[in-house]
Amino acid sequence: MTSLPTSNDGRKLGLVIDLDICVGCHACAVNCKEWNTGGHSAPLTDENPYGADPQGVWFNRVHSFEAGDGDSGRTVHFPRSCLHCDEPACVTVCPTGASYKRESDGIVLVNADTCIGCKLCSWACPYGAREYDYADGVMKKCTMCIDRIENQHLPPEDRLPACVSTCPASARHFGDLGDPNSDVSLLVAERGGYDLMPEMGMQPVNKYLPPRASTRHDLETPASPPEAIPASTDTGSDFLNWVDRMLTR
Amino acid sequence: MNPAYSVIFFTTASGAGYGAIVWLVVLALLGIVPLTPALGASVFVVSLALITAGLLSSTFHLGHPERAWRALSQWRSSWLSREGVAALATYIPILVFAVGSLFFSAHNNIWIWFGLIAAGLCLVTVGCTGMIYASLRAIPRWSTPLVVPLYIAFAMSTGAVLVIAIASIFWATPGILAWFTAVITLAAWMLKIAYWRQIDTAKPVATAESATGLGVIGKVRLLESPHNSENYVMREMGYTIARKHAARLRKIALVVGGIATALALVIAGLLPAPYAIATSFVALICAATGILIERWLFFAEARHAASLYYGASEV
Repeated sequence: MTSLPTSNDGRKLGLVIDLDICVGCHACAVNCKEWNTGGHSAPLTDENPYGADPQGVWFNRVHSFEAGDGDSGRTVHFPRSCLHCDEPACVTVCPTGASYKRESDGIVLVNADTCIGCKLCSWACPYGAREYDYADGVMKKCTMCIDRIENQHLPPEDRLPACVSTCPASARHFGDLGDPNSDVSLLVAERGGYDLMPEMGMQPVNKYLPPRASTRHDLETPASPPEAIPASTDTGSDFLNWVDRMLTR
Repeated sequence: MNPAYSVIFFTTASGAGYGAIVWLVVLALLGIVPLTPALGASVFVVSLALITAGLLSSTFHLGHPERAWRALSQWRSSWLSREGVAALATYIPILVFAVGSLFFSAHNNIWIWFGLIAAGLCLVTVGCTGMIYASLRAIPRWSTPLVVPLYIAFAMSTGAVLVIAIASIFWATPGILAWFTAVITLAAWMLKIAYWRQIDTAKPVATAESATGLGVIGKVRLLESPHNSENYVMREMGYTIARKHAARLRKIALVVGGIATALALVIAGLLPAPYAIATSFVALICAATGILIERWLFFAEARHAASLYYGASEV
């Protein structure tokens, strides 16, 4: 059924990604690939993996952005994966029922046995989270590592998504975002965690924590820049400088 | 968006087929064109062939065409599923109406009701096709109220040109019908011009700032892509090849599909029956060329929100 579940017990398993801490090492993406190529949606097929133009299915990709200019500008490493939205258009557009949102915890999954590979779900997702496997002819996506988080064969401390367990900087957190008192919910409240592209109306479950304000006060741009005239425009005459100031206003 | 040829062919061919069936019903209802068995059968066969070829071609881009039947199951939530159900359901009244009109003369009897149901379902199917695109908020240029009317308008205009061309073979093209088709064709392209104007002037719906949430810091630019080769999302959603020719292609589509088609139809309406055949087919070829370019542009010009993560600054 691709209609969304109307009731659940309020559990929303998801990730909280701390953009202040992420160092852009791509370990989460690599460990995701490593685990999931043998996991629920296995394999994550690679095409031409050792050639000049390798391509393949990844559930998690790390982009690097520059935000702002000058001293206040930042380089922000930005891991991007499925946000397991509350209003996932990828699920409702699915004509076969292969895409579904789990009633018990809100995780969005694809049934590879009924997916016809029409790709419409990937068109519906504004976040580019779904990737088509050209070799298998079906759509694949982040499973929130359901084969780890529920895996009784793993020691309890390892029952985390692969991306979370491997992050060397602890920039990724996993938990129940439907419970306002969970560690992840408290973290989101404390740090002002936000949704990506809220205007798309998908109501993502995963949250991003913003980079903290700079503590390098020596680099901070003063609130109002001094009105000094650049040396090159100094005419040597107070009157002409005044005219120049007037005209450049 | 990557313009998949199978989807372009499906939406244009089936659109023209459904449009032609609607016009056939309208003509039968009004009794304007004497529905000789040969003319009626020709329109039915050509329309159903276009619809069926389109539906089959739409399964070519599937990863698992053998599972296509599953797409009929989720009509409660999915416009693609609704389109599939509507497309299959439409065959029944079309075939009943075809049998009725060909063997029992459709005028003023029960068969015309099947024709009306068929016409209604044809429009519903084309509307569902439009809604597949119009319902995708991730692609702001599709998610506009003009997309469904456009799909219906082009289905009706190309369907009308198809009927005129087939009717001309049977020396049965009253001038007024060809002129009416010219008006409908121009109206459809006027709507397209309005759509182009709308998407060209629309404010961006999402930006690199909103996609990353980093707008509070300042202008956001992609510094490093996650990888140095392409991936599926970039191939499918980040299609930019030949987008720079969009302005020229729009003009070609408009001149060939709109103006040339309408001109050929006007001339066809003036000429005596045997000479109208050539001009009617010129109109058909022009209309087909125009609609194929229009549909290609519909895909190629659409920007997907996911491209914001790969260097686009707004969609």
